[in-house]
Order: sequence, then structure tokens, then C-alpha cells
Amino acid sequence: MTKAELERILTKIPYAGFIGVEPIVMDNELTMVMRYKETNIGNPFLPALHGGVIGGFMEVSAIAGLMFSGDYTKVPKPIGLNVGYLRSGKPQDTFARASIVRQGSRVANVRVEAWQDDMDKPIATLMGNYLTADSKGK
Amino acid sequence: MTGDVMEKMWALAPAFVEGIPQGRALGIKFVSVDVGKATFALPYSTKIIGDPDSRVIHGGAITTLLDQVSGLAATAAIVSEANDINIANVATLDLSIDYMRPATPGETVIGTATCYKTTHHIAFVRAIAHDGDLNDPVAMCQATFMITRARPAKEVKT
Repeated sequence: MTKAELERILTKIPYAGFIGVEPIVMDNELTMVMRYKETNIGNPFLPALHGGVIGGFMEVSAIAGLMFSGDYTKVPKPIGLNVGYLRSGKPQDTFARASIVRQGSRVANVRVEAWQDDMDKPIATLMGNYLTADSKGK
Repeated sequence: MTGDVMEKMWALAPAFVEGIPQGRALGIKFVSVDVGKATFALPYSTKIIGDPDSRVIHGGAITTLLDQVSGLAATAAIVSEANDINIANVATLDLSIDYMRPATPGETVIGTATCYKTTHHIAFVRAIAHDGDLNDPVAMCQATFMITRARPAKEVKT
């Protein structure tokens, strides 16, 4: 899938716009960015981004990473995932990159890391299995 | 013994989700809180669709619902054990979510959580997301939370 196709699919996924997610492609490598939005705050006192939003951002990034990697025509479905929270999310832009650990014939295993200022200091990680059997081809 | 503190918890709990920007943006509503238990409701909205073909809401919105309701269940367990509403804050350490089936488009998703163990540092919570039938869940979640306890009064040095 090209960047233009991915952008077109993401505009049709309202949740991606709801939390402010956009794709960035450099040297054919996909990085996702979640622009800071006040509505993404989960703790107004710190303040910090909502953990669920960070999880949701990584879920969008996992799906985008999968679709960018292959001939997807439909959105892959999550089966099970684990999100680990490492640092609180500051009220600023957040980035994520997905790597496909294994693409099987029916299921793909995907790992996502999210960071803010420093890629080597991730704020959260996701490991997930996605059902891809019904999402490929015409 | 825990009656008073749970009454205070009940008064405070709606703000726990309806008082924060992302809770308001998703329109999550407080339903109930009890000792180590909490329930919230996430109304269907076209704003949070994740699959344009089926109009099913995105897993991320359910992640937020389960995170938030699990955090309240953990808080409700800790405050009732200590009989002190201001005893602690919790922060999500880990969420494991299995998606059993897509949420039905148009239906409200109920998130209900039970905190089944607390230690000094960690709370362990299980939660279910369903759209009317607890025996036909949309998603199930196991979460752990870091507990940051307020310093007990006797340890405060002046």
C-alpha cells in the first residue's frame, strides 16, 4: 500500500482523526504521529495524555503498519494485545513505529513503540496479534 | 466501616471519567462504583468508528473505557481497604486485552471492572466490555496499576 492509499484509508477511520493521528513516510519507512489535542488528556493535574489514548494510538499504528506493508483492502481486526506503560505521556506530539514480527497466513504479530522527545526513551509499547485472513486481496 | 468512604467515592467517581477531557470527548458515563468494583458506559458514536466497512467502533475507544474503569475499580479497592478517600493515586502499568467480537454498531458498550488483589505497590484488575449480555463479551481485559500512596500521617515529619 502506498502512502496516498494509507492516507485515504486513515481519513475513512474516524477514530484516527478523533485522536489526531497522521502518517509520516520517509525513505519508505512509516512513522505515525499523534498531534497534541487537549481532548486526549486523561490527567488534567499533571497534565498527562490518557493511557487509553496512547493504547488507541498504538492500535491505529499497528493497523497502519500492517496495511502499509502489504496488499490490504480491509482493516485488520485485533485479536489480543498487551500494552505496557513506561512513562507518562506529556501534553505534546507523540510518535509510534510498528514492526511486523511475523506475518502468517491468517494472523500477524505486531510490535509498536511510542515515544515523544527521544526515540530511545519509549513511553509505551504494544504487542498484538491481528487477524489478517479476511483483510487482504480483492 | 467502609460505608462512609464508599459514599464519598460514589460522589467523586463521576468526575473520575466525566471530569477529564478524553472521558468527555468519548462521552463515557459513570454507572456505578462499589468496593473494588466499577462500571462505566461508552455510547456509540460515528466519531470513533474504526472500520469504515462495518461501522464498528475502534478498539482504541474500548481500550480507553477499560483502562479508565479498571483504574476506578483499583482506586475503590485501595480507598476502602484504607478507609481513606485520599490514600492513593493509580497509574496504568500494563493492559492485556482480548477482543472476542466486534462491538455492535449503534449499541452502548458497558465496561465493568473488579480489582481482585492489591499489594503495597500494585493493584490487579480484571474487566469486561459488553453491549448488554455479560456472557457474550466484546473484550476482556487484565490490567495492573502502580499505586502511589499518600504518606501515612504518622510518618509525616514536621
